[in-house]
Amino acid sequence: MSAERKNVVVLGAGTAGTMVVNKLRKVLPEDEWAITVVDRDDIHDYQPGYLFIPFRINKPTQIRKAKLPFIAEGVRVIFAEIERVDPQGRTVHLADGRRLDYDQLVIATGTTPRPDQTDGMLGEQWHGDVGEFYTYDGAIALRRSLEEFTGGRLVVHITELPIKCPVAPLEFAFLADDYFTRKGMRDRVEIVFVTPLDGAFTKPMASKRLGKLLTRKGISLETDFMIERVDQERKVITSYDEREIGYDLLVTVPLNMGADFVAASGLGDELNYVPVDKHTSRSTAYDTIWALGDASNIPTSKAGSVAHFSVEVFVENVQDAIAGRPLSRSFDGHANCFIESGKGKALLLDFNYDTEPMGGTFPLPTVGPMSLLKESRANHLGKLAFRHLYWSALLPGHPLGLSADMTLTGKVPVA
Amino acid sequence: MPTTTIAGHEVEVNDEGFLTKPEQWTEDLAPELAKLIGLELTEDHWSLIRFLRSDFAAQGETATLRRVSAQSGTPVKQIFALFPAKPAKKLAYVSGLPKPKGCV
Repeated sequence: MSAERKNVVVLGAGTAGTMVVNKLRKVLPEDEWAITVVDRDDIHDYQPGYLFIPFRINKPTQIRKAKLPFIAEGVRVIFAEIERVDPQGRTVHLADGRRLDYDQLVIATGTTPRPDQTDGMLGEQWHGDVGEFYTYDGAIALRRSLEEFTGGRLVVHITELPIKCPVAPLEFAFLADDYFTRKGMRDRVEIVFVTPLDGAFTKPMASKRLGKLLTRKGISLETDFMIERVDQERKVITSYDEREIGYDLLVTVPLNMGADFVAASGLGDELNYVPVDKHTSRSTAYDTIWALGDASNIPTSKAGSVAHFSVEVFVENVQDAIAGRPLSRSFDGHANCFIESGKGKALLLDFNYDTEPMGGTFPLPTVGPMSLLKESRANHLGKLAFRHLYWSALLPGHPLGLSADMTLTGKVPVA
Repeated sequence: MPTTTIAGHEVEVNDEGFLTKPEQWTEDLAPELAKLIGLELTEDHWSLIRFLRSDFAAQGETATLRRVSAQSGTPVKQIFALFPAKPAKKLAYVSGLPKPKGCV
């Protein structure tokens, strides 16, 4: 009978891909639909934890697990490199020569830091005096670099937007301020935040508040900096308009790009992201292809919360598509992001395609317990606790009780 | 939205001076807009302006600096030379288009 089953193929078993297969397995009958997920390895990292590794707030063992235990029974798992997708033939070609035919394809292969894309970044100091915290190995290497840092200028740098978890570099700067203060050496460390944006963050309201927070913590801000190259010998980064910033320790966020097979398949934009309808995550070029999580080009944060909310919308829409009905749900771009601000506090942002981050409380209107756009202890504890929720409820596809659509009740615009 | 008169045309602008209605832009506006930010347009400027206009018409949004560079085959360094300091913003301004969305 299995030859007659239809096929959903999901590329990538990260946050989005794992949620997708687990939720789909619950709603698609096993005798009608085979579900296959492809990934290159059996490692699942809780990526928000990378930020905490350099500061010893999380241990590496707390954020890394095997993938398989989180994938539902009845889902076929293949570990292989993906070579390309043939969208006309509806086939996925794997690097080992295997082929997978599909009726519906989900691309959930995320985004990856690409230090190779900036001249001089991948030099001898890589993972030494030129560090990063967007990979497991990078975060661990940076823990050592911070420990051995005796003072001087720490430059926290973003290469180009969009990046995964766009608030993380700010959090890194805040946590570094806290870290060196606790070590009693803050007066010997100059912290500079260097961004290609014209302010601390993209959203104007949040940018203003976060900019003030930088000032209060004595972190200087260098804006509109488009990096051209890293000179590791002179320990200098240079922008296209020939501004130079020296560093003793550079913590950079390399250019982020979608997977190379997306480009090889002719499915990507300049950064290998799959162009999709921002309300349905369906490819603008092929009806049978969807892109979820960081792999798509939707204009909201590349964040786990977005993956979570958009997967919920997708699972209903793909059932409509299979049944030949018009798609019934529309994703509003809902994102919420915790921002660690140091000293055991955090802020929380909640926004969507149309609404700027609001003040108020979350998740319950007027009750909270977390407050939006303001520093609080509860937000920090919420952020730390989320790791447990991630492994136990989010990945298995259990409901978290958070609405995919953003609610405005209990939220107030801030000036 | 406030309106202003540029090169004899009445156009709507936002608080940063960007045209809010791309369809109100005509080619004779570009040199005037350029003058307002201290630029004199050459043929190299024009080829980027024309690319940005046609890409916007096709895509419905302003191309990022990376897209302008990749699609037009102009090195980023050269775009910086043509539109110094804030090239993506300045190019959009002169072309009568919204500034590219600061990605979120």
